[in-house]
Amino acid sequence: MALARPIGILLAKELRTEFRTRELLVSTLVFVLIVLVLFSFTFDPTTAESRRFGPGLLWLALLFAGSLMLHPSFTREQSNDTLVALRMAPIEPVSILAAKILANFCFLLVAELVLLPVFAALYNLRIVPVLGRLVAVLVLGTLALSIVGTVFAAISSQARMRELLLPLLLLPLLTPALVASAEATAGLFESPPALPAVWVGVLAAFDTIFLTVTWLFGEYLLEE
Amino acid sequence: MNPPPQSTDAQSPAGLGLEFVDFAKRYGARYALRGISLSIAPGECVALVGPNGSGKTTLLKAAALLVRPTKGCVHFTPASVNGAGDNSAAKRHIGFVSHSTLLYDDLTAEENLVLFARLYGLDSPEGRARAALDPAGLAARRQDLVRNFSRGMRQRLAIARALLAGPKLLLLDEPSTGLDRAGQQWLAAALANLTGAGCTVLMSTHGAGEANALVTRAIRLLAGSIAEDSAISGDPRAMLAAALAAHQEA
Repeated sequence: MALARPIGILLAKELRTEFRTRELLVSTLVFVLIVLVLFSFTFDPTTAESRRFGPGLLWLALLFAGSLMLHPSFTREQSNDTLVALRMAPIEPVSILAAKILANFCFLLVAELVLLPVFAALYNLRIVPVLGRLVAVLVLGTLALSIVGTVFAAISSQARMRELLLPLLLLPLLTPALVASAEATAGLFESPPALPAVWVGVLAAFDTIFLTVTWLFGEYLLEE
Repeated sequence: MNPPPQSTDAQSPAGLGLEFVDFAKRYGARYALRGISLSIAPGECVALVGPNGSGKTTLLKAAALLVRPTKGCVHFTPASVNGAGDNSAAKRHIGFVSHSTLLYDDLTAEENLVLFARLYGLDSPEGRARAALDPAGLAARRQDLVRNFSRGMRQRLAIARALLAGPKLLLLDEPSTGLDRAGQQWLAAALANLTGAGCTVLMSTHGAGEANALVTRAIRLLAGSIAEDSAISGDPRAMLAAALAAHQEA
């Protein structure tokens, strides 16, 4: 409960700021849309090929968009040193990270839910019959992206060449989550659709491990 | 602009004491602070002077618990605010005005103060925010985004933010920056109000500004070490005058 209150306050601040400026959400939506459209030009999207390649392309697009979206989550705190003000507040430092993770999770999920119908149309896939399970995979995969991405955005924000550093750190580390998300999504578009328990388990384990590590060491990430 | 309301917390002493014990902070190979042993009593108003790069800002950040020491430590008095591995108790009583405003440009003046009032667990955050905006002369602009404020208005809001929770230790890094004459008079009145109530003040200055009239002690830093302390030898007024002369020459 001691953590829930500051997380709620800071999450509300993040959402208010984003929905006022719409900087992250709009740029992410446009970016993913462009990538999905460009990918769809590279092959003839018959149902069989879409089932094969579509999920991987979707998650690659989301991963690229995530690395684009997550970068400003800490750099925007630097213009007026607002992170200093947050660190001085009588709250657990990990609550600052947790609020950022939750905010990024919300932004990515909103972007995904908007883009899902476009993805289905471009790649000739029927998502309605598997919507519930697809959303579950999206939630687990997006949580992985948000946790690792936010942590590395905090680390890279204090480094030189930070724009380049974040994708360099993020992409290799997220490979297991990317593979698991793509495989779990691909299973949903097979005939008959099935949610592979192994890949869902991998995703859940990935989320749990990185959440725990963030919980234990998050405080040190925010120091100068 | 009127002085801000004082802290209503009557449960504990009005000011926090501060003690640096052989404190050192190193960034890479360079020491920003070295061998700082310093005791500041509750209620003192201390000016930090010295040339650029002498360690004033790092000392203030160390007092604000923002930098992890390379060596030594910082204690507060009363001892009850020194948490074991948890600085929340001390942080609750520290106000900080930095070189940067520590404000969100995309929030309004009121939203900024309400945010921090909530994070500090203050009662009636909206009421506290409005009560802080009024003496700062920003009540009429409370619904405006901070990005549309002038430098002076941002500085007044930054000071109002630092005073919001009724600090017992106020750390000010060149607080007069950007303030016009009226703003400086408001700051001086606010500080007089706080020091009168027993709040401890530690501020860096180049020697100019209305608030310097309140200074009871001056400390001159040079290359990260204490070069002169008026509590040991010297006159704080003379040290402030010398600092101002040196700044104007530079």
